[in-house]
Amino acid sequence: MNEILKINHLTKTYHTLEKETVAVEDFSMDLKEGEFIAIVGPSGCGKSTILSILSGLEEKTSGDIFFKDQQIGYMLQSDALFDWLTILENCLLGLKIRGEITEEKKNYVISLLKKYGLGEFLDSYPSHLSGGMRQRVALIRTLSTKPDILLMDEPFSALDYQSRLAISEDVYKILKEEKKSLIMVTHDIAEAISICSKVIVLSSRPCKVKKVFSIHLTDGSTPILNRKTIEFPIYYDQIWKEIDYES
Amino acid sequence: MSPEQKKYLKTIKKKKVLILFLQVFLLVFLLGLWQIAADLDLINTFIFSSPSRVMKTIISLYQDGSLFHHLWVTFYETVFSFLLGTFLGIFIATILWWFRLLAKVLEPYFTVLNSLPKVALGPIILIWFGASIHSIIFMAMLISVVVAILNIYQGFQSVDSEKIKLMRSFHAKKWQICMYLIFPSNRENIMATLKLNISMCLIGV
Ligand SMILES: Nc1ncnc2c1ncn2[C@@H]1O[C@H](COP(=O)(O)OP(=O)(O)OP(=O)(O)O)[C@@H](O)[C@H]1O
Ligand SMILES: [Mg+2]
Repeated sequence: MNEILKINHLTKTYHTLEKETVAVEDFSMDLKEGEFIAIVGPSGCGKSTILSILSGLEEKTSGDIFFKDQQIGYMLQSDALFDWLTILENCLLGLKIRGEITEEKKNYVISLLKKYGLGEFLDSYPSHLSGGMRQRVALIRTLSTKPDILLMDEPFSALDYQSRLAISEDVYKILKEEKKSLIMVTHDIAEAISICSKVIVLSSRPCKVKKVFSIHLTDGSTPILNRKTIEFPIYYDQIWKEIDYES
Repeated sequence: MSPEQKKYLKTIKKKKVLILFLQVFLLVFLLGLWQIAADLDLINTFIFSSPSRVMKTIISLYQDGSLFHHLWVTFYETVFSFLLGTFLGIFIATILWWFRLLAKVLEPYFTVLNSLPKVALGPIILIWFGASIHSIIFMAMLISVVVAILNIYQGFQSVDSEKIKLMRSFHAKKWQICMYLIFPSNRENIMATLKLNISMCLIGV
């Protein structure tokens, strides 16, 4: 597998009237094609900032980011569905903004919606959907422009435990089937280990890479099965010890 | 359709009819009360008039053909001024949203303008424009424009920042954020302002 994204010595400093905040300091990582990487770290350490820079929402202060002309899709923490648009219209928003709505692309989006259990809801409005369904819609909206790399910022943190398990199962399946690469930020260690093959642990702010774990689970077929492997709790313990939780 | 769904729709319909009936009933009741109070001299008919007197006036106005003229003038003034005021308000609010600096500069002026009792401006406007339809329209417009700017601009600003982020993550241009997000998420706010302005304008006129 070859690298499709390289980040070298990324730093980011925010300036406000009161003070300057170094959010990211010397952050480096690589992402290979088809790889799933999780970023975990204490609250406020700068995880979202890294994703915002990768997606172009924020400027970096210094460092280098190399893309292989990849398309980036950013799935925000909240689903941010527009309640005045139908599910289908919500999913077509990205294409509409780019002026790229064609019959073919529309059919692709409809096929995704149908494939992932939302076929009946094309013309419904977001308020009629459950939290997990809304999250799936948000994912399909992100996939509509066919990004190669997905960035997810705590995608399931708004959901209850049962829905989280179910949706991570779905998302895992969708992303593997659609052959995407993933960088996801989470504070849930179990989620990170069960979905990703690499977990990057960040130090508290300003965030640096503290330790990188390569995850090898026997029978790694789906997130839920991954949670049942014997290696799972061992990784969990190791990662838990590395995170600087504030007391 | 299942029987339960049918039943549900039926009860909803029934409720609607009941509400309408009670609304009409309340109107008749209040008019009756007013008439009785006037007949029994419980209220001063010189100030409060009475339903029968109002009817008589309407009939006489109707007979000399001036009722429709009056109605028409009031209607025309109101609609025209509130439409103009509100749309001007939306337009200005959009400009303020677009140019943040301008908004910051003008903010205190709008606040002062809004806290003024607008009816107090009546005499000044009458002097400027004379007692014509123009001054009435101008007055109504002034009120509605200020109300609209403040309400709508505030609505524009309180649009969910996550949704703006989402738009930007798709590399939306500023006009797209405006058309696809800011306007539609303020549709209820804009409707509410329109309604508010109708009533405000009736006072102005
Ligand atoms: N626009 C901004 N201006 C100034 N400071 C900011 C800005 N955005 C974030 N920060 C600061 O940068 C630091 C890192 O923020 P960031 O949102 O990246 O953290 P995070 O790791 O995602 O936190 P959480 O786990 O709470 O989501 C925080 O201390 C935050 O206060
Ligand atoms: Mg965050």
